[in-house]
Amino acid sequence: MKSKMGIGHWIGFVLIMVWCLLPVAWIISLSLKPEAEVSAGSPQFLPKDATFANYKKIFDDSDFTRALINSFGIAIIATVLSVLLATIAAYAIARLEFKGKKIVLSIALAIAMFPVVALVGPLFDMWRTFHLFNTWPGLIIPYMSFTLPLAIWTLSAFFREIPWEMEQAAQVDGATSWQAFRKVIVPLAAPGVFTAAILTFFFAWNEFVLAISLTSTTDSRTVPAQMSYFVGPDPFNPPFSLLATASVIVTIPVLIIVLLFQRKIVAGLTSGAVKG
Amino acid sequence: MAAIDMKNIVKQYGDGFPAVNDVSIDVADGEFMILVGPSGCGKSTLLRMIVGLEDITSGDMMIGDRRVNDLAPRDRNLAMVFQNYALYPHLTVYENIAFPLRLAGMANNEIDEKVRGASKTLELDEHLERKPSNLSGGQRQRVAMGRAIVRDADAFLFDEPLSNLDAKLRGQMRTEIARLQKRLGITTVYVTHDQTEAMTLGDRVAVLKRGILQQLATPRELYTQPVNLFVAGFIGSPPMNFLPATVEGDQLSLPFGTVTLPPGRADRAQGKGLLIAGIRPEHFEDASVAADAQEGSTFRATVDVVEWLGNEAYAYIPFEAPPEVQDQLNQLEKDLDGESMRTQLVVSLDGASTIAEGDEANIWVDARHIHLFDPATGESLTVERPAGADATGGDTAVSQGTPDGDTTVREGE
Repeated sequence: MKSKMGIGHWIGFVLIMVWCLLPVAWIISLSLKPEAEVSAGSPQFLPKDATFANYKKIFDDSDFTRALINSFGIAIIATVLSVLLATIAAYAIARLEFKGKKIVLSIALAIAMFPVVALVGPLFDMWRTFHLFNTWPGLIIPYMSFTLPLAIWTLSAFFREIPWEMEQAAQVDGATSWQAFRKVIVPLAAPGVFTAAILTFFFAWNEFVLAISLTSTTDSRTVPAQMSYFVGPDPFNPPFSLLATASVIVTIPVLIIVLLFQRKIVAGLTSGAVKG
Repeated sequence: MAAIDMKNIVKQYGDGFPAVNDVSIDVADGEFMILVGPSGCGKSTLLRMIVGLEDITSGDMMIGDRRVNDLAPRDRNLAMVFQNYALYPHLTVYENIAFPLRLAGMANNEIDEKVRGASKTLELDEHLERKPSNLSGGQRQRVAMGRAIVRDADAFLFDEPLSNLDAKLRGQMRTEIARLQKRLGITTVYVTHDQTEAMTLGDRVAVLKRGILQQLATPRELYTQPVNLFVAGFIGSPPMNFLPATVEGDQLSLPFGTVTLPPGRADRAQGKGLLIAGIRPEHFEDASVAADAQEGSTFRATVDVVEWLGNEAYAYIPFEAPPEVQDQLNQLEKDLDGESMRTQLVVSLDGASTIAEGDEANIWVDARHIHLFDPATGESLTVERPAGADATGGDTAVSQGTPDGDTTVREGE
């Protein structure tokens, strides 16, 4: 079909690409400029004197690398736990008839709609009492509670699509309930599992409000929060090139993950998962 | 391999509705047993109770000499083919067939040998590396069967395996299943709503209605000696005609005239008042072409519609039924998943017959095959219950029944 794309399509395509990618290009360009060039009034688009000095500088900054480790650790742990719990919970919701199923689902949805900012105060007080303030679990727990509902909804929709007979066939073939779940149901729901994982990871990776409110040192501060502490010697002249560099670095894992998982999602959808 | 013995099986759902009510069926080792009935008769529920996907409310389910009521499906060692095949879409055909063996923890080379053996039997060799979504309906069906035969299961269970196939393929797969079962000699329970499949495949057939076993007999016995109106109406295609009738001595009066019954046929019907007479379409004939019109009677009737099929023709003759018979027939239609239609006689005529629409024709009826039913209970008054083997009756039915059996096959599809 691509050969049939007319000139109008191409113009539209290019416009959208420019619209979306210009800020990204600008940030990348900024990150390659030396500091002097950025603060010199109105800088040109492309760096005159491209340099990786900013990257070297930011990786030498132990606060930043520490924040990067925190970001990865917290996001990955939150994702794994959230998806694991959501898979099991969604399976129960899709398969079992129990009292209060509707209530569970609506409460889950209500939690997902709850504004994060409203929780900052209470959480701050609670976490200090529980000694969770400024720790990894202190961020992982709220991240999980905000991403679980969405993950459960996504996954239970996927599970509902899988015919009951699949599992029954597996059981007749000699599988335990757990084997049937692991070898038949989970592979079939893989696209759903990946979707849930991506959503959860992004939320944890990009989250700022909780990250800045529930941390006090680089023991647990994540990159988005850490970036707000990038203050140069001159308060009227923040180190834009360093900020841009940090932004580029934070974006790279997201890009990689999207590319990796996207292929999985597409593969899952095209394997005819639900067509018995 | 093992026999399956169901003793007084009851399945009651939460609302107290008995989906299966006190059913006892013994399936002998190596026997091909059919469970047949209209939708909602409990046949699938019964099958799922055998395999363990449905709890048994009461009764004993014996496989071999084990009572399996409380065993999980995987501990019963049965193989099942589901209606929608339930193939695993993420696995190749090879892995689908190998799945039960892998679960059993069999060695790789042994698995390979068995899977290749099964795929050879089912002619799946060239499809082994494909995914189920790339297969045709008939191929998927064969993969599902492959998954069943690859194990050394005690019995095969089929849940309407052919209902998703088109008519031509259904006929082929039916023969294929019959051949496979005969060759493997494995105990098989097969659920269907299609009376053609029931008649052609089964060693014995269990006819169910609303959770109650109506008759358990060989296909021939079901056809020639149905114990009640339901079985009589369910087995055979086009279905048996039901007419209001009264008996006096050996004279049976039907809406079209009086027929002399063979001696003894009407013994149990004496003094019962209004009865329902059941006559299969193939036991009528155009009097002018009937070769052996020695036993039976001829009557005149106006033919409404004629459907000529080449080797035979169906003639439709409307008649009026008294309300008490009409009610019973409407109820029967409902039980058979049909619509209440006008009361009409369907007559199967020889292809050589020249009767045309609107003609007043001479129709001959074979009095030896007239069944009589009690309109209040629906029980047969011409068949002893439990149905005993009537050698002469059976033999007559062979000569009459076989060509009609072919008709039945074609009609059912």
